[in-house]
Amino acid sequence: MSVVIAKPKKTSTDYRSQWLDTWKQFVKHKGAVVGMVMFFLIILLVVFGPMFYTISPAETNLRARNQLPSLEYPFGTDNLGRDLLAANLHGGRISLAVGVVAMLISLLVGTVVGLVSGFNSRLDGILMRITDLFFALPRLPLLLVIIMLYRDKLRAVFGPEAGIFLLIVLIIGLTSWMQTARVVRGDVLAIKEREFVTAASALGSQNNRILWLHILPNVLSPILVSATLGMATAIITESALSFLGLGFPSDVPTWGRILFEGKDYLTITPMRVVWPGLFISLVVLSVNFMGDGLRDALDPRLRSKG
Amino acid sequence: MFQYLIRRVLIAIPTLVVISFIIFAVLDLAPGDPTGNLPLTIPPEVRELVRKSLGVDDPFVIKYLKWARQFFIYEPISIIEDATQIKLTGEAGFPRILSWQTRSPVSDLLWQRLPQTLWVVGLSYVFGILIAIPVGVVSAYRQYSIFDQIGTFISMLGFSVPTFFTGLLAILLFSVQLKWLPSIYDTTLVVKDWPSFVLQVKQMIMPVTVLAFFNAAQLSRFMRSSMLDNLSQDYVRTARSKGLVERIVVLGHVLRNSLIPVVTIIALGIPSIFTGAIITEQIFRVNGIGDLLIRGIYNSDIPLVQTITFIFAILIVLFNIVADAAYGFLDPRIRYN
Repeated sequence: MSVVIAKPKKTSTDYRSQWLDTWKQFVKHKGAVVGMVMFFLIILLVVFGPMFYTISPAETNLRARNQLPSLEYPFGTDNLGRDLLAANLHGGRISLAVGVVAMLISLLVGTVVGLVSGFNSRLDGILMRITDLFFALPRLPLLLVIIMLYRDKLRAVFGPEAGIFLLIVLIIGLTSWMQTARVVRGDVLAIKEREFVTAASALGSQNNRILWLHILPNVLSPILVSATLGMATAIITESALSFLGLGFPSDVPTWGRILFEGKDYLTITPMRVVWPGLFISLVVLSVNFMGDGLRDALDPRLRSKG
Repeated sequence: MFQYLIRRVLIAIPTLVVISFIIFAVLDLAPGDPTGNLPLTIPPEVRELVRKSLGVDDPFVIKYLKWARQFFIYEPISIIEDATQIKLTGEAGFPRILSWQTRSPVSDLLWQRLPQTLWVVGLSYVFGILIAIPVGVVSAYRQYSIFDQIGTFISMLGFSVPTFFTGLLAILLFSVQLKWLPSIYDTTLVVKDWPSFVLQVKQMIMPVTVLAFFNAAQLSRFMRSSMLDNLSQDYVRTARSKGLVERIVVLGHVLRNSLIPVVTIIALGIPSIFTGAIITEQIFRVNGIGDLLIRGIYNSDIPLVQTITFIFAILIVLFNIVADAAYGFLDPRIRYN
């Protein structure tokens, strides 16, 4: 006689991790899903687009200046006969790269400052004063001034494209980390009083280990939300700088730059400002929607039961 | 409360000193020569004299201290003297901060440009508030209704789409295609009779609407979430159960309490009127403070740029204190001690 023990039926509730829950909640947010799809489509478009659409954005054709969109030039051409679709695709690469890298810098600084000042009460005071100080800096004027004054120097050292990219990414990142730092610090202050931290400490874990292995994973969710917001701000800031003529040089197309140069040709080729503007708006909109969905998904008060 | 404010102001002073130092350092340590834009025909000796008169070659700390004395002591006294026409410092008065472009006092330039900025950008802020509050209230009260869903989507759209794009779209539509509104803001226009007044209104419509839309989009989100926080509070149920009319519950009780955080957000946003002006004024070619700053940057007019940037910093610090004070004043639960 053998006893057959029925295996417990696997149900979807067996394995529940925080991130799986968050993901399930995230995909219920319609805006967030649409935003995510749109965002990845735009990324695919600008990353792989130039491989298939091989016309160079720098190639001038004086016979085909200021063309309206047509089969030959899907987005039209500018006043030098450069193809605008190519410019928008290449520009998107730079604009998105600026957004991602500046966001990463700001996240890195914000997270480190937040972690350290939340965890180490001796450094807390000074770090928070510095954060307040950065909050009080007039951001846009300062960015404009720094770019105006230092771009030639960096250009000389790192080359025209890399130099200005470094400068823009650094100053946007280094002036936008404060919100992340505050949120992370608040969470660390709450989490370090929890029992598992005391337990880790009682087991003899070093402070460093506690900070990186036990506290950091628990503050990842506010960091993720800041990441979406930071990316949106960085892209808007870069295009605003370019729009004021103080971003990338004119031979490097970015969405903001194309907009800036197109604004004087509104009467001749109106679509020239519409394309880059649409791209910027769609990216920022989709990132913001993703951020909204993420925030809702990470908020346990809003999470549906079951 | 009073003590708290005094303490806040005292803390603000070192903050401002450090910021002034940062702004000064960024501008002063930069490569570039203020005489670089002068015509090449100027002989080197004269160029040297120009540099000397501008004080370019002084040591860094001396330059900073000179600038700080100028900015914190001389300039305020001179402005008070100008305003009251009382000469405290004798006939000549103190030296002023002079723009390198126009050789006139920076404060005079600011006074000339301030009205345009306040009219266009300030007005749009006021309109933004006036739109945002009712939209936020209705959105929260009828949460998940069609109005709420459309309102939330439009406000998301409003603060995601940058103003320099909405502005250009508006110009494209209303100036280029329909030819209803002028695309360039004419600041020489003097309002003296009805037709000129109509023209003034017409040229203000686009910049004010574009910026008001952006401001309303941001504020209405705060208003909505603040209303939602309050609507689920116990005091709302109490108010309803004691038989108050719904209108009084919502407008008298919930709205009043929901406005507390929104008022502080509004106060915190006031400095952004001026920083936001930098972009708006470029789109519509309004010659306000933002335009002055951009021109100053293009022409490396360091005193002008330093002054404007630092005034922005003062405004940010000031309205931070105002927001905290307003919060303590409006919310009896908050007591600063």
